[in-house]
Amino acid sequence: MKVVVWGTRGSLASPGPDTARYGGNTSCVEVRADDGTVLVLDAGTGIRRLGMQLPPSLPRVDLLLSHLHMDHIQGLGFFAPLQRPNMDVRIWGPPSTTLDLRSRLIRYLSPPLFPVHLRDLACCLTLQEIAGGHFDIGPFKVESGLVCHPGTTLGYRIEAGAASMAYLPDHELRLGAVSLDGDPAWISGFDLVRGVDVLIHDAQYTAAEYDGHSGWGHSTTDEVVRFAARAGVRHVVLFHHSPDHDDATLDRLVADAARLAPPGLTVTAAAEGTAYTIAETR
Amino acid sequence: MAQHEIEIILTRQLASCMATPVFLVDPAGTLLYFNEPAERVLGQRFDEAGEMPVERWSTIFSPMDAAGVPLPAESLPLVVALTECRPTHGHFWIHGLDHTLRRIEVTAFPIVGVADRFVGAVAIFWEDPGE
Repeated sequence: MKVVVWGTRGSLASPGPDTARYGGNTSCVEVRADDGTVLVLDAGTGIRRLGMQLPPSLPRVDLLLSHLHMDHIQGLGFFAPLQRPNMDVRIWGPPSTTLDLRSRLIRYLSPPLFPVHLRDLACCLTLQEIAGGHFDIGPFKVESGLVCHPGTTLGYRIEAGAASMAYLPDHELRLGAVSLDGDPAWISGFDLVRGVDVLIHDAQYTAAEYDGHSGWGHSTTDEVVRFAARAGVRHVVLFHHSPDHDDATLDRLVADAARLAPPGLTVTAAAEGTAYTIAETR
Repeated sequence: MAQHEIEIILTRQLASCMATPVFLVDPAGTLLYFNEPAERVLGQRFDEAGEMPVERWSTIFSPMDAAGVPLPAESLPLVVALTECRPTHGHFWIHGLDHTLRRIEVTAFPIVGVADRFVGAVAIFWEDPGE
């Protein structure tokens, strides 16, 4: 399994010289199996470059949306496979409590916000509504679960053979856990991340920044390290960087976070273009 | 133990911040949590009581009507919320585990999450200070 980061940023794209190393595009991650099956996690602005890299000969791509906040769908209309007539595109994502996935996506993919209607896309498009549960895509075994973030938000655990990764791009641990040291049954997202090789997790705030942002749906760097350590994760990738955090700030934050990690847990910060290879056979 | 649904986790979080007694159960009726204000009414700390099946919590507090007639479990508001998946309200007497008789009013409702997932039920209740 190969995991490639195409967009790291939360809330708002923030390109510029100060964010060039970690990247300014919003959330998008590619997960590719050894057999070539491609999953795309979220459709932030990073998905545009990913779409251009996918060969026209690829018959199918599955896009798994964590939720429908703008920073996770803004790039959708610019995802090249959507305009390929022979491409089978399947979009998986959550409904709200009152609207199905199609109705929610149409709110963005229609005028005046976007000139092309969902129905006019050239690809063979299938929408798969999910609100938790297990499904298979090629060699991937995908587990989805609702996690603590405003609105309906999914986290994903993806396994292929012996390789495993989890993706919780927007997740507020402070509200979603009775205690990070307590019973895991009461910790949002715990079963999704338990023991994974790589965890990509929201770490938008410092502890100081969290004050005044309770309920906005995001975690702090130190909480994410504690959560990952508790769940037996091997490598946690800090993700969903604040648009206010430039490269120098992120260097400092990841260094501080890494000092909190117990032996056996690697802590890094997501950077555009970074690839993680996880062996499917051991 | 399997992880609880996010709606249940968030309900517990809310209950832990409330001054109103709250009692939370899963779809099978198993008591998952009651908060500190509920501890005062029920006469026992949750840490001591722990999780318990519906058959136990629906009888352990000896619910009864004003005449002292025991109430069947199926008539309790929380059991109605669980079995009929609708909100309900009622008042009755209970014996707290501290052996104190209290009149309480209870409002119970099912917790139905996205995609119509029935994930549990909650009761909020008040001790009637006039009794």
